[in-house]
Amino acid sequence: MSGCDRRGFLGTAAAALAGAALAPGIRLIDLAGARAPEEPASDKVRWGMLVDTTKCATGCDDCVRACARENGLRDTGRPRTDAQWIRKIDLKDPRRGRQLSAPVMCQHCAHPPCVDVCPTGASFKRADGIVLVDKHTCIGCRYCVMACPYKARSFVHEDLAGQKPEVPRGKGTVEGCTLCVHRVDRGGGPACVEACDAAGHGALVFGDLNDPESAVAKRLRELPNRALRADLRLDPGVRYSGV
Amino acid sequence: MAAIIHRELSAGAWRFYGPLAVLGALVAAGFAAFVHMEVNGHVVTGMDNQIVWGMPHVFAVFLIVAASGALNVASVASVFGRVAYKPLAPLSALVALALLAGGLAILAADLGRPDRLIVALTHFNFKSIFALNMFLYSGFFAIVGVYLWFMMERRMNRYSGAAGLAAFVWRIVLTTGTGSIFGFLVAREAYDSALLGPAFVVYSFAYGTAAFVVALEGACRWDGRPLDPALAARLGRMLAVLVAASLYMTAAFHLTKLYMARYDGIETFLLAAGGTYTALFWLGQVGLGGVLPLALLYTPGTGGRRSGVLAAAVLVILGGLAQMYVTIIGAQAWPQPIFPGWQEASPFFDGEIHPYTPSAPEILLGVGGVALAAALVAVGLKVLRFIPDPCIDSSSPQPINPPARPR
Amino acid sequence: MSAPPATSRWGWGNSGVKRRIALAGLVVAAIAVATWAVGASQVAKPVVAIEKPGECVEATEVMRREHMKFLAHQRDRTMREGVRTKAHSLAGCVDCHASSKTGSVLGAEGFCQSCHDYAGIKLDCFECHASQRATPAPGGRR
Repeated sequence: MSGCDRRGFLGTAAAALAGAALAPGIRLIDLAGARAPEEPASDKVRWGMLVDTTKCATGCDDCVRACARENGLRDTGRPRTDAQWIRKIDLKDPRRGRQLSAPVMCQHCAHPPCVDVCPTGASFKRADGIVLVDKHTCIGCRYCVMACPYKARSFVHEDLAGQKPEVPRGKGTVEGCTLCVHRVDRGGGPACVEACDAAGHGALVFGDLNDPESAVAKRLRELPNRALRADLRLDPGVRYSGV
Repeated sequence: MAAIIHRELSAGAWRFYGPLAVLGALVAAGFAAFVHMEVNGHVVTGMDNQIVWGMPHVFAVFLIVAASGALNVASVASVFGRVAYKPLAPLSALVALALLAGGLAILAADLGRPDRLIVALTHFNFKSIFALNMFLYSGFFAIVGVYLWFMMERRMNRYSGAAGLAAFVWRIVLTTGTGSIFGFLVAREAYDSALLGPAFVVYSFAYGTAAFVVALEGACRWDGRPLDPALAARLGRMLAVLVAASLYMTAAFHLTKLYMARYDGIETFLLAAGGTYTALFWLGQVGLGGVLPLALLYTPGTGGRRSGVLAAAVLVILGGLAQMYVTIIGAQAWPQPIFPGWQEASPFFDGEIHPYTPSAPEILLGVGGVALAAALVAVGLKVLRFIPDPCIDSSSPQPINPPARPR
Repeated sequence: MSAPPATSRWGWGNSGVKRRIALAGLVVAAIAVATWAVGASQVAKPVVAIEKPGECVEATEVMRREHMKFLAHQRDRTMREGVRTKAHSLAGCVDCHASSKTGSVLGAEGFCQSCHDYAGIKLDCFECHASQRATPAPGGRR
């Protein structure tokens, strides 16, 4: 694979995404300039996301279906044991009656409890903030599933076949949202954000939280936003607005 | 006073191999359950993405906590100098080692990737209390092994006090670590408490002493020699104090949480509205595991008798299993509050109580672990000299049963 | 109360023990010989079909012995650091070596599986990793 192919792909992708922008000049997936393959991830970048729940319709699950398609998650008809990396939670304020809906996935915390508790270090935080499970080291003890306040992790309960080549998954290990790390490393963004964009909702904004000029950083300056379970002081990379 | 000697179990061939074969069959059944789960995945169990730690963990954590406490009698003898318990100290160490082996076997079998045990033993995240516990468990085997050697080899007897002290400190740390596996988790409203480490230490005293009483009674009956009632009464008095202390820790834990508004939901669930969990808490943990044994042990007629002490010990064990079920599974049944104050509903079962039914493979795995512990004790009794002869209270002035001819 | 038996504590006579050990040894030896005689001829030789022209990323002899070392090193770099060079990537191996008929490196004549079956070494990678050749992504990554 030559440099020309990579740049060509990025140029095409950038043009496509610009076309999906909601307002002139604002792109919802910021291409931070793809890293060369031999370059390791750097802590100069911190990947994050903003979820604008005011743009999130109850009953819409474009992000969920895109994630399942991208990562090879299958519906076996056993929802209690099937993996879910992102889901839409329907919320109702019991006293005041307000209703809304929000997608919840791994929050990619800066102080992840799942990383703290993993006995083998399989659950780890990459330099650029993405929290992942190294399935080579995961022994399937499920302690991280116990430890996650956001119920972000799933345990694979049965044999899998037909995995996507870029998303290895296997029985007996634990998994969760990877922020589509295989796409991010190529200069792209998560499938959920792309699908939400493509459908014109614009509820999800992805980018580099450390870059003050990135779309997500700009939106976070404009919109009131918070972390889920902010009382836990985990400093998640995913922020929510409107709830 | 006649000298106490120790000897092997004197049960003849059928009387030994018969029960051992039964235990072996249970262990084999547990192994079959393990193979079934390993080949087909955890989908064949009652566990799912909401309840990830099920019956195997209930049994395993109980065995591990009881293992630490089973050393109690030896500690009281070696560290606190109570002469009456000295003859029982080696058996106490044997039971401790066997219970820990059984508990760890269940945990290893329940892993999603048990073939990666080597990875678990070579890759450590030292911030994880789980990883630290692995060192504590291995260290326990080593320290108690050495302690046992010092107790059983006459030349080394003078060092058994030091070894006993080391073992005592080690198991306090170990059991605090086991409780902290749960206590450190902020994600679960039933945990998130510094009290869980110390609570598990106190529970371990009670469960371990109860397990030891059952093992001792079993060993003496198997040997055909009854346990001295004075010794049984002494153990019963100790058990009573430890059960009362356990009730105190339970009360302190829940009363504290009840005081805090944010824990209203989980406390109401566990203590009042949780169905199975509420029943297991009040009838199991508090009733069978606390109030009933105390009543038995403090009633003048029954408390001093061997049958009363044995019954109380069995009840404490049942109460302990109930406590582990409520602590481990009850905590998972209650959903994580991702949006506190909001009602949540989702296809991933957020915001609802998660149902759980233990499945046969899980129960077989747990029972197999218990049987493994019992089998290890049985083999130990047969091969080495653990049974004190006579089985008497050595601080009392006269032996009640005539001693056997020394070898 | 019964005294412990006077002979060995297991209750067997000593000569009986030696006989039993000799018998056990004979049985083990018999099984070993039978296994060797029958087994060796029934394991299929590996099918090594190199369908793609050109050379592997390393020399064949090196690859035969060290491919796991390359893969293990690469997987840590990819997983932990996000380094995604193609040379030692598992997906790259599968891409080249997958059978043109089945599209996979598994199966009785699969490149990976037939050698691993012959050598009797468990193939763990494809519990999680795709064993099929990847179809090119739109825009072409290659």
